[in-house]
Amino acid sequence: MENNTVEQFMDIRAATVAKMLEEKERGMKVVGIYCTFCPQELVLAAGAIPVGLCGTREEPIPAAEEVLPRNLCPLIKSSYGFAVTDTCPFFNFSDLIVGETTCDGKKKMFEIMQELKPVHVMQLPHHHKAGASLDLWIDEIKSLKTKIEEEFQLEIKDEDIWKAVDLVNQEKKALKEISDLNRNSPPPMSGLELLTVVWSGGFSFDKKELVQMLEELKKTLESREVDPKSAKKPRILLTGCPVGLGSEKVVRLVDELGATVVAMENCTGYKTLELMADRSKDDPIVALAEKYLNIPCSCMSPNPYRMELLGRMIDDFNAEAVIDLTWQACHTYNIESHEVEKVVKDKGLPFLHLESDYSSSDEESLKVRIEAMLEMIEK
Amino acid sequence: MITVGVDIGSVASKGVLLNGEKRFSTVLPTGWSPRDAGEKILSTLFRESCIGRQEVDYIIVTGYGRVSFGQADKTVTEISCHARGVAALCPEARTIIDIGGQDSKVISINEKGKVLDFAMNDKCAAGTGKFLQVMANTLGMDVAELAASEDPSETVTINSMCTVFAESEIIGLLARNISKGGIIAGLHQSVGKRVASMARRLGAREKIVFTGGVAQNAGVRRALEEELKRTVVVPEGCQFTGALGAALLGLDI
Ligand code: SF4
Ligand code: SF4
Repeated sequence: MENNTVEQFMDIRAATVAKMLEEKERGMKVVGIYCTFCPQELVLAAGAIPVGLCGTREEPIPAAEEVLPRNLCPLIKSSYGFAVTDTCPFFNFSDLIVGETTCDGKKKMFEIMQELKPVHVMQLPHHHKAGASLDLWIDEIKSLKTKIEEEFQLEIKDEDIWKAVDLVNQEKKALKEISDLNRNSPPPMSGLELLTVVWSGGFSFDKKELVQMLEELKKTLESREVDPKSAKKPRILLTGCPVGLGSEKVVRLVDELGATVVAMENCTGYKTLELMADRSKDDPIVALAEKYLNIPCSCMSPNPYRMELLGRMIDDFNAEAVIDLTWQACHTYNIESHEVEKVVKDKGLPFLHLESDYSSSDEESLKVRIEAMLEMIEK
Repeated sequence: MITVGVDIGSVASKGVLLNGEKRFSTVLPTGWSPRDAGEKILSTLFRESCIGRQEVDYIIVTGYGRVSFGQADKTVTEISCHARGVAALCPEARTIIDIGGQDSKVISINEKGKVLDFAMNDKCAAGTGKFLQVMANTLGMDVAELAASEDPSETVTINSMCTVFAESEIIGLLARNISKGGIIAGLHQSVGKRVASMARRLGAREKIVFTGGVAQNAGVRRALEEELKRTVVVPEGCQFTGALGAALLGLDI
């Protein structure tokens, strides 16, 4: 019965597809988003459902390569590939698609995606500090609000935004509490379980329900009987590009090789879990803008909060080694790996930078590297 | 205690048997079946040392074929085995450059032979033994003859990193009557450059020790020394460091 709880999360995606089919007939609106920078509170405030479209599978990549260069990050190719082959139900359901000018690859891909469906692209400034960057981002969030209002013929009121803020904050809090359970030794969740929960949660149809599910899961996990032997397994912190089911290769290999990914700093994981919109602000738009501008994605320059977060996570989760996984041709994460390496080595831990894609062709060579890193951990 | 280390590489398989002070080693081509190669290594070692299988305490297997070979008490990666083997042969070593048939790696170690960091290139043939093998074929010679035939004073820079393109580049150079010796020196330089940059990333602390099948090629060693501007040492029995390290790790169990 216990296992059912993590398994329940595996079913979320399919259940949401089924529900959306029904609800769309009754006029329910769906907004497709590609990135954690999209202020989903606005979507919720409009009574619409935000859903992640980020591609995490290899299958549609060949189709994408008919248009996009081969030497491009697999996440972008997969995302575009799903859209162009019309094989992602969520893309199909989306009444509006929101993109952001994060990395170069994504922003140029969004230009081409316009041929398939209208994409509203938010101009993301690449600096965390208040000032001109914040002003621009506030404007961009306002334009998104206007866009949603026009598209869906409604008005988004401040109080609705605040309600959505509360809901999203609750969700983040619940996700963080689940993730933090893995600070324990032995960790109650394997890397794949952790990924299943946090990634699948992003496809929930109803956030209130999701928060409830997370709270129940927390209780189950707290009383879970974990094999005490697994306390001996090396504790790995994963950072780098987004990972989802479909692109979980490295998480799986770490599990298979007898270690555990206890935490993930990437944007499917912990990256945004501490960031909450400030309830004490007068204007919810400003609160949202400040929150989202703080996301420590490598497309921000400089990006000090990621290094600070990593340092803290290494301590909090008692990490014994860090893997920085970057997708091929992701320049921002690849380059930033140099900074990450310094943070990790300053802590005296083994550091492994892996560059890979969604295919399984390099599994053997990844294994050797991961195994050699595990052999470096002193026990 | 008697231990055996087997290193099943992509091109050659190596084995070392340790019986107290006595050491036996053997090498043979891996061929298409890493499993058979491993078996042959074991039987050769047992025959030469007059030791029966049941007398052996641990068999440690490393190399790319380590997983498919079912006879291991334990498998360990090449990285840890090389580190341990080199530390035994050359205790002052701090950086290991290992160029094998299919990959090249640089390992940084401490005085105890513990791995501090490593870098590995195995996504592409550039900078590996395979690259030299293909080029030797193009030049119509055996890969073992390369070092003796190079002429560093006439080094021609080979621009292509890709093995396929480098092959056509060489055909072009030959057609222009450029000296073979100069081309070969250029090939060694190309491998040296690739691997040296990987070594510099890790710090390239002295002493630098060069192992793996390609370490038998004095031309690549010369090129590495020029690129790194340091002495590069090739220990005797450099092909066996992985297998030796595996056998030594067996003593720790
Ligand atoms: S890594 Fe950055 S650009 Fe990519 S999805 Fe996450 S926040 Fe967006
Ligand atoms: S992984 Fe890197 S290249 Fe790919 S979309 Fe994210 S930031 Fe862009």
